[in-house]
Formats: sequence, structure tokens, C-alpha cells
Amino acid sequence: MTALLQFWHSHAGELMQLVRQHLVLVVFSTSVATALGLPAGILAARRPAIGRPLLALANVAQTIPSLALFGFLLPLPFIGGVGPRTALVTLTLYALLPVVRTTVAGLRSLDRAVLEAGVAMGMTPRQLLLMVELPLALPSIVAGVRVAAVVGVGTATIAAAIGAGGLGEYIFRGLSMVDTTMILAGAVPAAVLALIVDGGLAGLERLLRSGRPRAGVMAGLGATALVLAVALIWPAVAQGRRTVVTVGSKNFTEQIILGEVLAQALEREGVAVNRKLNLGGTFICDRAVRSGDIDLYVEYTGTAVTAVFHETVPHDPVEALHLARQRYAAAGLTAGERLGFDNTFAILVRGADARAHNLHSIEDLRRVAAGWTPGFGYEFLQRADGYPGLVKTYGLTFASPPRAMDLSLIYKALASQQVDVIAGDATSALIDALDLARLDDTLRYFPPYDAVPVVRTAALLQHDEIGRALKRLAGRISERDMRAMNRAVDVDRKDPKVVASEFLKTR
Amino acid sequence: MTAVPHAIVRFDRVSFAYPGRPPVLQDVTFEVPPGEVLALVGRSGAGKSTILKLVNRLLLPQSGRVEVEGRDTHDWPGIPLRRRIGYVLQDVGLFPHMTVGENVGLVPRLERWEAHRTRERVRTLLDLVGLPADSYASRRPHELSGGQRQRVGVARALAVDPPILLMDEPFGALDPVTRVEIRREFTRIRRELGTTVVLVTHDLAEAFALATRIGVLEAGELAICDTPAAVASSQDPRVRRFLETVWALPNGRAAAPSGAAEESRRP
Repeated sequence: MTALLQFWHSHAGELMQLVRQHLVLVVFSTSVATALGLPAGILAARRPAIGRPLLALANVAQTIPSLALFGFLLPLPFIGGVGPRTALVTLTLYALLPVVRTTVAGLRSLDRAVLEAGVAMGMTPRQLLLMVELPLALPSIVAGVRVAAVVGVGTATIAAAIGAGGLGEYIFRGLSMVDTTMILAGAVPAAVLALIVDGGLAGLERLLRSGRPRAGVMAGLGATALVLAVALIWPAVAQGRRTVVTVGSKNFTEQIILGEVLAQALEREGVAVNRKLNLGGTFICDRAVRSGDIDLYVEYTGTAVTAVFHETVPHDPVEALHLARQRYAAAGLTAGERLGFDNTFAILVRGADARAHNLHSIEDLRRVAAGWTPGFGYEFLQRADGYPGLVKTYGLTFASPPRAMDLSLIYKALASQQVDVIAGDATSALIDALDLARLDDTLRYFPPYDAVPVVRTAALLQHDEIGRALKRLAGRISERDMRAMNRAVDVDRKDPKVVASEFLKTR
Repeated sequence: MTAVPHAIVRFDRVSFAYPGRPPVLQDVTFEVPPGEVLALVGRSGAGKSTILKLVNRLLLPQSGRVEVEGRDTHDWPGIPLRRRIGYVLQDVGLFPHMTVGENVGLVPRLERWEAHRTRERVRTLLDLVGLPADSYASRRPHELSGGQRQRVGVARALAVDPPILLMDEPFGALDPVTRVEIRREFTRIRRELGTTVVLVTHDLAEAFALATRIGVLEAGELAICDTPAAVASSQDPRVRRFLETVWALPNGRAAAPSGAAEESRRP
């Protein structure tokens, strides 16, 4: 609890920024969904032939898991891409269903005598809609907007995975750093936000149902919403103008630190930097840099060749780098010089087990595998150079099929004996911290994973500073440096910003 | 029946059927001269309400002519026609999100009257129906009793001083005492304004109390349309059958409870 308060206190500025981003996402998507859903609902109520398929469509959109929807939208032009735009489209799609549904329900449940009176008094269909139907259906419509907004506050946390910001930043960062305090630092304000939004709109709904408010009140509410929206969006717009170079990163500690290192190195060259760190996996970062949503991020040679270009990785590190470079060049991207460390896969077991069974290399696992359960990240299970090749090369047969789990949870799962062997990162700080033992890859099964910056060639040509900054970093980050920085963040709970800046000062 | 010059409402051999159903009205012919009150009586489903909907052009006849103020309803644009016709429903249909004053002032607002003129009119009308504007104009329909709501309904229908007033079971939902009281007041108001009225009711006693002419509908046909005295003494078998059935009921009504005050009218 104290840790949480301390965190908020020391991150007050950032917290406000994230709350603001979160509100922008929710307010904007809910407003757009209302603006689209209201006419759609009116149409659906009038014409069931149109209404039924419309509602079915909205229902389907609602059932797609949000992360999957983000994935679908990312590669699309105009609405896709890394950043708030994709998130806004997704959140709007989610918000549509409740708005449309309650609009239809509200309009269909009106008292027939009242409508008949309106028609008989000589109201035009338009007058009837504006003066009678909509005012009477309004409480029901507001109830729909309320559901949409509350769902939006929750779903918006996931938007951080594609670089849209918001309180999900802390949640994802906390997950990747196995830092419960940081997870709560994002989750608690998100929950409070949801309660405030729910309470506020519930109040409005009650006010409307009591039939009290007059046009003046409504106009006031509208003006307030408008001012709020402008106040929320303006800083983002103003900030967007100054940004010159955008740095991205994947969603684990090392990547976030490296993203900070790149960003600060660029800032030292006098470049204004926009950070889109913590962007999810390889796929998302690759999409982002190709589409120009980010200008550079750090990739690993082995990952680039297999996961991005679907080719076999040469086991010689220099050959691997050349192959990656060629493929990137064809895509308009430049792979820079190696940063200096190789973050290959490390097969890890508990230190106690290693000592008890005298395990030194992956080959030694054969003796014990029959009684053990492995646990691997989703990506490792899928990749050709991951799990399938590993068991084949080393002739391993485990007690049960591997458990798939998030990378951020995998070390804890091993330490707490939920699984017995995992594939982790060679540079992970948790290897020492949790007393884990790394088994040698004696057959050289794992290819090299040298860290290299991947830059949009166009950005590189446009801004000389990028080349200068990368030259300064080339070969300067050793495996020991990286593990120390990871440890500083994951174990000592230091801010990646601070860790990166301390590292750059010592260079 | 003799042809009346300048009839306000005129039906000439009008037939009507909803698509795919047996006809609701067959060959109906009648006229309502200015200032008259025509009460249409008959069993449920006899076609009474359909006649009202033909008058304000919510429906158009399949054959025959419906004329309002000398003009075929086919030629009347619906909206201006309906603004010239006040309409009072059985369940009133007051707008629950508006105040009493706003309900009454709605048609003037649709007609783009100036605000102060509308305000004056609302005040006059509410006084006319016995609900002083000062204490009632800003209330909402749910704060009123059934009888008060019905009065507001009448005031609303009269707002732009329409030449014609259509009333569909206007006092059907009221208790007997209120019903008698409001009938008496309605007669007073109508005399004051001289509005022509077409009224639909189950209640024969109500028809005799309010109407200057009574039309008896039997199975879609108009058996008679004449003065109350002529209807009461008619030898037409359909009229006799209807009257006798209704008078035989305890309260002199074709359905539902009714006011006791009219019991003395039994022949």
C-alpha cells in the first residue's frame, strides 16, 4: 500500500498524463459511437429489415476479443497502425452495440397512445422524432452510453499493448517487469475511473428519468463535454507537432530499457523524441516500423530472420546479421551495428534441481525430462526455432505437453514449481535473483540473437542525428551491462528512464 | 336525410377495409353541419374509430369520398389537415416529458405562434377547462388525476381553435361522478366555441347527453344518422336491436361501467 502511494507520488506527472490519455480514448470513442449508434438505432427501430442484420453485426464485433481486434486492424491503412488511432477504432466498435441496442429498445417501448396523439396533432415524422420519441427514449439511450463508457474504460487498458497509452501502460509494464505495485498503479485508477464514469452517467440517467431537466441543463452538459474533450485532446495535438523521431519497443523490460537508451541517446543529439515503448510482440513492432508509426526499435538478428522473414538462421552471428540486413534493406529498413550482446534463448531450471540432478547442459535434461513439465511463452511454442526443434535436436520427452504462458509470468512459474523447465532470456535479471540455472546449449541449437537497432531508412536519411546516436551505441552494451540494467529494473525496481540515463552517463 | 349545404364533414358512400381483411366500413354516407355534435355509437369493431381516422386522413377510403370543409381528403395534405382538427383520445396520450402548459401549447408551437401569444392561449384554455394556469401549467401529467388529465387533453385539442374536434371514447376511463361533471363542462365549452364535433362512444347515455345527431353503426354499415329523438323512435330493425340490447344492460351502456345519472333516460 505504501509502495503504491510512493509510486504514484514519484510518478505524479506521468500518472496524470496516462489518465488524460485514458480519458481521451474513452470520451472520444464513446462520443463517436453515440454519434453513429444513435442514427443507426433509429433506423433499426424504424426498419426491422435493416435493424436485424445491423444488430447482428454489432453483436459480432462485440464478441471479438479486443487484442485480436487490435491485431486485425493494425495492418489496415488509415484506421490501422500503432497508436491511438487503432485503439479509437476498436473502442468505438465495442461501444456501438450498447448504444444501438438501447436506442432501439427505447424507441420501441414508447406508449402507443402518446405517438398516436402526436401524429393526430399534425406532427411531421421529424417533429415526432425530435420532440416526442427521442426525449422519451433518452434515459434508455443514456443507459446504453453508460454501459459503453464503462466497458470503454476497461477495454482502453488493453490499448497500451499497441502504443495508444493510457493506464494500461502501467499494467503491461508491471506485468512484463513482474511488479505488482506497478500493475496496481494502473489498475486502481482505471477502476476508480470506471466507477466515476458509471456514477456520473447513472446520475444523468436518473435526472432524465425523473423528467426534470430542461433544455438549458442539456445545453450546459453538452458544453461541459465539449470543453472537456478539447482540454483533453489539445495537449496531445500540441505535443504531436514537436515530435521528430519515434522510438518503439516490445513489451518486456529489456526492450523498454533499450527503447529508453535509444530515446535518450537521440535526445542527447538534440532530437525531440516520441516514445512508443511497450508495444506488444515482434509482429506489432515490425508492422509499426514498416508503416512509419515508429522510426526505430531494437530487434534481435535471430528473431528477425525467423519470425519476421521466415527463413532459417545461420548459426554464424555475422552471417545472421548480413542476412537480416539484406532482408530489411529490401523492405526499406536499415539494420544498424550490433549493440554488443546476444540475448539468445536460455533453457532454465531451478538451481536446486540443477545441483540435485547434476544438470549442466540441455542434454542432461534427458535423464529427468520424463518426470518434468515444461512451460514456454506463446512465441517460443510457435516458432520453428523454438520448442519443436528443441525436443527434436536434444531428443527430449517430457511428462506432459508444455504449458503456454505469458513471458512475464514464466520465471515466477518456474521458481514456484508450477513448471520445471522454461525457455527464458539469456540476459534476464531474474536468473540470478530467483536462483535459476542456465543449461548450456552444447549442440548449438539456438541461433544468435544479437541486438541491433532497426531503423526506417527514410528516417535515417532525413535525420543525421539518428546515425550519430547509433554509432555511439554500437558495440557498447555488453551482456553483463544488459543483465545489470535488467536487474536494476526488475529486481531493484528502478525506473527504466533512470537506469538508461545512468548507463549513458557512464559511457 | 337531406343534403346539408356547407357540411364540415361529409362521407359519401365510403367503404374501407384493411388489406386482406373483411371490410370495416361499407357504403357509409353522412354529413355533419357546422356546429353539430355527431355521436357515433355501436359495438366494438363496428368501425367507429376507423371513421375518425378517415376524417383526419390517417386512413384513406378505398371507395367513396370523404370531404372535410368541402375538400376531398385525397387532396388535403395530411399535416395541415390534422392541425385543423383537434383530437382527444381515450388514454389522452399527454406527453409525459412535457408540462401541462407545454402539452397544451404544442400545436401553437408547431404552428410557429409567438411565445407570448401561445402563453396567453394556454392560460385561457386551462381556465376554460377549470385548471387555473397558475397552479397547473407547470405540473407534469403524472401529477394529475385521471379527470384532470382528460381536461388537459381537451384543452390541448382546442389549442389552435380548430373548426373540428374528433373524440375517441373521450371520457371512457373516468369514474361516474367525474364523467358527468366533465360532460357538463364539455357541453358548456363547446357552446362557447361553436366547434363541430365527431364523437365515438360505447356509451349510449353519453351519446344522448352530448350529441345533436347520433349515428348507429352495425357491422360496418350506418343504420341511421339523425337527431336523438329520431334515433330513439326509429323502427329500423338494426337500430331497434342495438338500442334494446344496450338499454337492457344495467347501466344503459354497450360495455364497461357508466354514470348513474343517465339511468332515468331509460324508456
